[in-house]
Amino acid sequence: MEKMVNVYFSGKKYSVPADLTIMTAMEYAGYTWKRGCGCRHGFCGACATIYRIKGKNELKTCLACQTQVEEGMYVASIPFFPSDKRTYEIEDIKPTQQIMMELYPEIYSCIGCNACTKACTQDLNVMQYIAYAQRGEFEKCAEESFDCIGCGCCTVRCPAGISHPHVGVLARRLTGKYIAPKTEHLENRVEEVNRGEYDELIEQIMQKPITELKELYNTREIEK
Amino acid sequence: MYTPYPENMMESVKKVEATRAERMSTEPRRLTADEKDALLKEFHPDYNPEAFAEIKVGPNKGQKAPIELAEMIHSTSRILNEDIDITKIDYDVDVLVIGGGGAGSSCAIEAHNAGADVMIVTKLRIGDANTMMAEGGIQAADKENDSPVQHYLDCFGGGHFAARPELVKRLVMEAPDAIKWLNELGVMFDKDGDGRMVTTHGGGTSRKRMHACKDYSGAEIMRTLRDEVLNRKIPVVEFTSAVEIIKDEKGQAAGAVLLNMETGDYSVARAKTVVIATGGAGRMHYQGFPTSNHYGATADGLILGYRAGVPLLYQDSIQYHPTGVAYPVQMLGALVTEKVRSVGAQLVNGNGEAYIHPLETRDVNASGVIRECREGRGVEAPGGQKGVWLDTPMIEILGGEGTIEKRIPAMFRMYMNYGIDMRKVPILIYPTLHYQNGGLEIDGEGFTKTIPNLLAAGEAAGGIHGRNRLMGNSLLDVIVFGRNAGKKAAAKAKEVELGTMNLNHVTDYDEELKGVSLDTGDVSPKLLPKYARHER
Repeated sequence: MEKMVNVYFSGKKYSVPADLTIMTAMEYAGYTWKRGCGCRHGFCGACATIYRIKGKNELKTCLACQTQVEEGMYVASIPFFPSDKRTYEIEDIKPTQQIMMELYPEIYSCIGCNACTKACTQDLNVMQYIAYAQRGEFEKCAEESFDCIGCGCCTVRCPAGISHPHVGVLARRLTGKYIAPKTEHLENRVEEVNRGEYDELIEQIMQKPITELKELYNTREIEK
Repeated sequence: MYTPYPENMMESVKKVEATRAERMSTEPRRLTADEKDALLKEFHPDYNPEAFAEIKVGPNKGQKAPIELAEMIHSTSRILNEDIDITKIDYDVDVLVIGGGGAGSSCAIEAHNAGADVMIVTKLRIGDANTMMAEGGIQAADKENDSPVQHYLDCFGGGHFAARPELVKRLVMEAPDAIKWLNELGVMFDKDGDGRMVTTHGGGTSRKRMHACKDYSGAEIMRTLRDEVLNRKIPVVEFTSAVEIIKDEKGQAAGAVLLNMETGDYSVARAKTVVIATGGAGRMHYQGFPTSNHYGATADGLILGYRAGVPLLYQDSIQYHPTGVAYPVQMLGALVTEKVRSVGAQLVNGNGEAYIHPLETRDVNASGVIRECREGRGVEAPGGQKGVWLDTPMIEILGGEGTIEKRIPAMFRMYMNYGIDMRKVPILIYPTLHYQNGGLEIDGEGFTKTIPNLLAAGEAAGGIHGRNRLMGNSLLDVIVFGRNAGKKAAAKAKEVELGTMNLNHVTDYDEELKGVSLDTGDVSPKLLPKYARHER
């Protein structure tokens, strides 16, 4: 007999196999996900979930697809949360502290409670990356927030109304576009292609008979 | 001693550890072309005749498709018995993009750039797509020892010389510009201090041209594209699925019937050009395989296009990624990125033997894993799932302590959730359903073969990768062909004159089904997999 545990979906009790995740346990219970389910492998942040273990006080946040059920788990899915993404023209902005002040001024209302960090399903130091953003240290903010999947659990818990994942995206785009060093070999290759330097060579290989291509392929040198 | 696995698995881990030093001193031999062919024929799931059925209707009548796809092709339209007034138009745009993944988003951005009135409809949220889950990287021949021609050879050969040359040409020639475009949108590629891209091999590459953003490559690309779509205020209608293409009396595409996934209500979108960018089919679970794909990967676009008269190409060719999670059961089928092998891990069987080169193409390596398991050299996990080892501790020995956390943080985190530290012990893997090599047939410009203003891009399109796709060519494909579709759809929209909208092709298709006495009792497209268990 398979080991079972009791879990509560929106307050209703179900007995489910203990080795399931919250996501598969709800399906076992008969639910069909529409919202609140995305990649099912921990990359998209669609299945932000809040839960409490019966008899305990602490509220926990997790991804339903990455978390195994536990006895006495009271589960609420957070399929949508009204976080606030500000819009901007990436070509027109500059990587200065000013841009954060303009687009996300509420980050300066952070009260340092650290609820965001405690809520992070990726174990990121969220409050720290917000601090970097406040100081205009975008590269550090980008690095610290890099593994963010945008589930929004931090935002749900923030008393200052900060939409942390959007701050992280802005910092990363500024870093990727303006701060990281330019890639010379990439620029050169794009220009070579645009000048038509490969046009003839590509037509030649396209025209080769399959037997010749097979020979070329099977004997090609592989970079060590 | 650190023992995160049951006893029988730990016994095998000891054998892996015992041979590690010797294995690391020699690189496993690459297979010859004949050896690869023999391995594929005997063990690749595409060669299992019992898993395929004959298509009875439509442009590919008489050809084979996976049984589960054939079932959808042979099912009736969802709207056949619905009373939908298509003269009542809810959305009226130049370009309708169906799908909000990497291809759909790139397409929408370029169509918007070209001045078109563009809209995205997507079944789940924008970004709920296989693009988000692509871990390892994106190919482009942008280094001095490499060229688009070399990339062409790798792609064409790796796909068993079956790809469409004009599509491969576009893929490789526009690859460097795709990387530049992404970089200028703010995607953070892994670079060294001088700005040179940190590039590695993937299975079947002859040059190190795999660009990455740690092992969140697709996520970093997707969240940047999504941010850009939202910045441009391009309308995105989420939780809304296209269920049929609408045509006009000239045989052109004229829009789509949309289904609100939550309320069940239908609406109508009219458009001068339509782009199908609906992605893959992993959630069809061909041959019972687990999948690395997202929840909505149910081949919807193939059905929409096929019913409208667009032929499929290589619909019988499926990619099984060699390294899906085999243990623990909670992550069964989840992708273990090929990058784990790019940065040094070998494939090792239960006896501790490196039985194959870890960077053969995916179809070859998947067949190798299946062979080892079937011939008794695999390892059995609790519950009966078999697998072979991916020797991850090698990565730390080769690259130095900390390499795993730096280069493959997502993999490290995923396993640590279940108490498995891949720096210390190898991980157990088995092939997982990963990619549909085929799809709707398109020409070199991205248009479908039969309908002049209907395009397909991304995983829903076929012919770019032949019968096997290389790692890093799919992220590239969604960007290159997504952008291309956006430009072409915007330009085409300027010259299209729409006639009267109708759904005659839907009723005609149904007549054809009746004519061959087909009644599956089901409707298509599938939209969502049926995972809910109902006691009665």
